[in-house]
Amino acid sequence: MAAKSKDPEKMDRREVVATLLADRGDLLVVAGLGAPAWDATHAGDHALNFPLWGGMGGAAAIGLGLALAQPKRPVLVLTGDGEMLMGLGSLATIGVQRPRNLSIVVLDNEHYGETGMQASHTRFGVDLAAAAKACGFAFTSMPATLAQVKKLRVDVHKAGGPLFAQIKILPDKLPLVLPPRDGAQLKNRFREALLGKDAHFQR
Amino acid sequence: MAKPKNAIPAWSLELHQLLKQQQVRQVSFVPDAGHASLIRLCEADSDLRAVRLTTEEEGVALAVGAWLGGDKSVLLMQSSGVGNCINMLSMLSVCQVPLPMLVTMRGDWAEFNPWQVPMGRASQAVLEEMGVLVTRADREEDIVPLAEGALRMAYNTLRPAAVLIGQRLLGAKTFED
Repeated sequence: MAAKSKDPEKMDRREVVATLLADRGDLLVVAGLGAPAWDATHAGDHALNFPLWGGMGGAAAIGLGLALAQPKRPVLVLTGDGEMLMGLGSLATIGVQRPRNLSIVVLDNEHYGETGMQASHTRFGVDLAAAAKACGFAFTSMPATLAQVKKLRVDVHKAGGPLFAQIKILPDKLPLVLPPRDGAQLKNRFREALLGKDAHFQR
Repeated sequence: MAKPKNAIPAWSLELHQLLKQQQVRQVSFVPDAGHASLIRLCEADSDLRAVRLTTEEEGVALAVGAWLGGDKSVLLMQSSGVGNCINMLSMLSVCQVPLPMLVTMRGDWAEFNPWQVPMGRASQAVLEEMGVLVTRADREEDIVPLAEGALRMAYNTLRPAAVLIGQRLLGAKTFED
């Protein structure tokens, strides 16, 4: 197994996610399939996390539907570069709707980590933050220090978005921390935590 | 006796009313000629959020997020968009998320574009293979009752349900108009 890589420019993904999810308050979280879902779970399994085990390319659009349904709650989508690349069009869709409470944070290791660390397009210079800006996101950034990630966390809660951040992280393979995998149960516990018991009676 | 070209079909008005009665909040779509009137009605309605998509699979993902947040959504698309949704439809079955879909057909009655035929012919089978309940309206008077059935069945039984709207009742595109 490869040891942890040393690259002073890049951050530790678990530290980034734990920082973003600290004191989460009323934050609603969608975590894209693969490592971002493991990272969110590593920071603490939570009823208001919706970790994805499939639907690659859909994380940002799920975040949009949730942000439109819950305009008073900050919504954070944590996803990877490969997952975001598969749903690039959803940045344009979000840019038209412009929900202020939606934040998309891409944990960019420039690789497809779950399939053998093949390079992704961002490894060759594709700039996701610039794409989000061009699509009409109100605020885009590329945090590169923990202090900047802490500021990003504050911005996520301020809901002055839509906000997009691309964070270069180390391409480490970390121990798996798996969330529950029953999609119906994840959905039901999320809805109950957000909407109360009434959620089960909606028809 | 041709109707005025931009007259709103009665079934589009009734579908719009149906969406409101069922308290649908998010209506997503890729622009489509058959759904054009319904899309305009939804865009003009402040009780509904009309979400234009770049590809239909975004509408499937949007529906998952909407339902997590307590909103009902409906996806409007053309049959060619069914193929774009296939993998994303997995989420609706696995997570038991309701999603009514209204699909205007291409590639059937009097189709003039050969490139539309394969996806049009495959649409019903593809949807059914992915766990979507499918009914089909080939007469104008069937559209609204079938759509009502699809909405009620989707929301009451927590699954995707599609109504295919046949090209014969929509009128085939000719590029000769």
